[in-house]
Amino acid sequence: MATPLSLRVFEAEARIYRHTWRGSVISSFLNPILYMIAMGVGLGSLVDENVSAGVDGVSYLAFIAPGILVATAMQTGATEGAWKVLGGILFDRTWESRLASPIGIKQLLLGHLLWSTARVFFVSLVFALVVVAFGVAPLVQSLLAIGPALLVGAAMLSATTAFTVRLKSYAGIPMFFRFIVIPMFLFSGAFFPVSFLPGWMEAFAVATPMFHGVELARAIMIGQIPVVTWWISVLYLVAWIIGFGVMAIAPLRRKLTP
Amino acid sequence: MEPLIQATRLTKVFGDLVAVDGVDFVVTPGETFGFLGPNGAGKTSVMRMIGATSPISGGELSVLGLNPETDGPLLRSRLGVVPQENNLDAELSVYDNLMMYGRYFDLSRTEIRMRIEELLEFVQLTEKRNDKIQALSGGMKRRVVIARGLINSPDIFILDEPTTGLDPQARHVLWDRLYRLKQQGVTLIITTHYMDEAEQLCDRLVVMDKGRIVAEGSPRALIEEHAPGEVVELRFPVGVLETLDGQIERLSPRTEVLADRALIYTDDAERTISAVTTNGLEPEMMLARRSSLEDVFLRLTGRTLVE
Repeated sequence: MATPLSLRVFEAEARIYRHTWRGSVISSFLNPILYMIAMGVGLGSLVDENVSAGVDGVSYLAFIAPGILVATAMQTGATEGAWKVLGGILFDRTWESRLASPIGIKQLLLGHLLWSTARVFFVSLVFALVVVAFGVAPLVQSLLAIGPALLVGAAMLSATTAFTVRLKSYAGIPMFFRFIVIPMFLFSGAFFPVSFLPGWMEAFAVATPMFHGVELARAIMIGQIPVVTWWISVLYLVAWIIGFGVMAIAPLRRKLTP
Repeated sequence: MEPLIQATRLTKVFGDLVAVDGVDFVVTPGETFGFLGPNGAGKTSVMRMIGATSPISGGELSVLGLNPETDGPLLRSRLGVVPQENNLDAELSVYDNLMMYGRYFDLSRTEIRMRIEELLEFVQLTEKRNDKIQALSGGMKRRVVIARGLINSPDIFILDEPTTGLDPQARHVLWDRLYRLKQQGVTLIITTHYMDEAEQLCDRLVVMDKGRIVAEGSPRALIEEHAPGEVVELRFPVGVLETLDGQIERLSPRTEVLADRALIYTDDAERTISAVTTNGLEPEMMLARRSSLEDVFLRLTGRTLVE
């Protein structure tokens, strides 16, 4: 029974998205393109001029393209896990109304995670095509790099959801973004190798899901050999998805069915 | 008749707070059963336990012959719920809200489409079908929630304070709709802190206070038992009531002196009114009326329903 009813939640979210997609389309699709132009082309020409071999032997644009792909997926996952959840449990409280139907807590949560992962997929897909348009990587490699982006998006989605369901007001969300999401965005290897960081910061960076996703995406897209064995990174990301997903169940149950 | 809902020593505890303190009640098919009480009496907790969205802390509860603890999804598929707050999706249309909700019950789109037509007609919102929820008035939103609660043709329809916060006109429209449902034989469970609502709709009700049931019966029977006859209400200028020193109480064996007024329960309102004047009392306002459920609650708890 668990799967069909969570698909009903998925369907409901898709119905809602049909009416609200305009609001998120700019930030989802345009921002990564702007990053590619500003950082990759703009800053990149400066980098490539002064570092004879580029960064790690490739042009700066090629170096950051997989990074921005994964960073965007990470941000999308975090945003969905924060505002979507907060809307459901605090603002519109539509999640409460769902639980008056046969849908249970786990199905509600699974449906939310599935839909938001689909959102991460759409955003990543568009960005992968942008990468092809910039001439950074061939189509197949770009599309395959969506895999790690999806894992990272889902990992942050799970983690942010597990955080948000414990909140009593929205006030924790800006803090979460300020101290977790934005630093992760900047320092997890998307814009420069984490080995450039001081030792203690590098340790933090390597612990983030985004670092592992960037490594994997870079390996797929531009053939760079990852620092961590690929399957360890994959397992690590899957552990985030499942671990935090499970950790969201009990607080959500306490909140919605006291 | 086999009871639809049977609660025995039903209890709900939140930490140190005993929200529902061992209540017993039975609801039979086709009746409209009310929970009357002030905010915090435990009405919503009882509703949520019946609706299988809140686990029971103690006692026994059977709804439609099912155990809410173990048969939650099956039970919820046969209930309709109107929660205290309108938790509709504000950005979607009336139609989409209903379609989305019907899908949660695993109904086919064709089936839901037909049901939506009937329900929009029933709640008189057919012309508003494509309007966004956020553009509707409070009364209309409430009617959408009622339509939503009926999407699965429930065996029991549970309404938690259906008309709180609505203007008198919107309340009467809603009462009319609920009365029609009752005529169709739908079992209604209603919580309210409005005595007029309880008197209008309920065949039988329990009066709740601080998690306990303090009285049970039909509205008429409760009034007969606890506050028979008439009431003379006296209102005095500010500060006077405190100086009367037992004068009110001497007028009748049954009186209530509240913060802003005094109530005298009597079998003969005219005689009481003349007694008030003869005793030299000079109320700012004096009126006689039939006693109501509000008086029942007051007699039983010494407090008013809406503070």
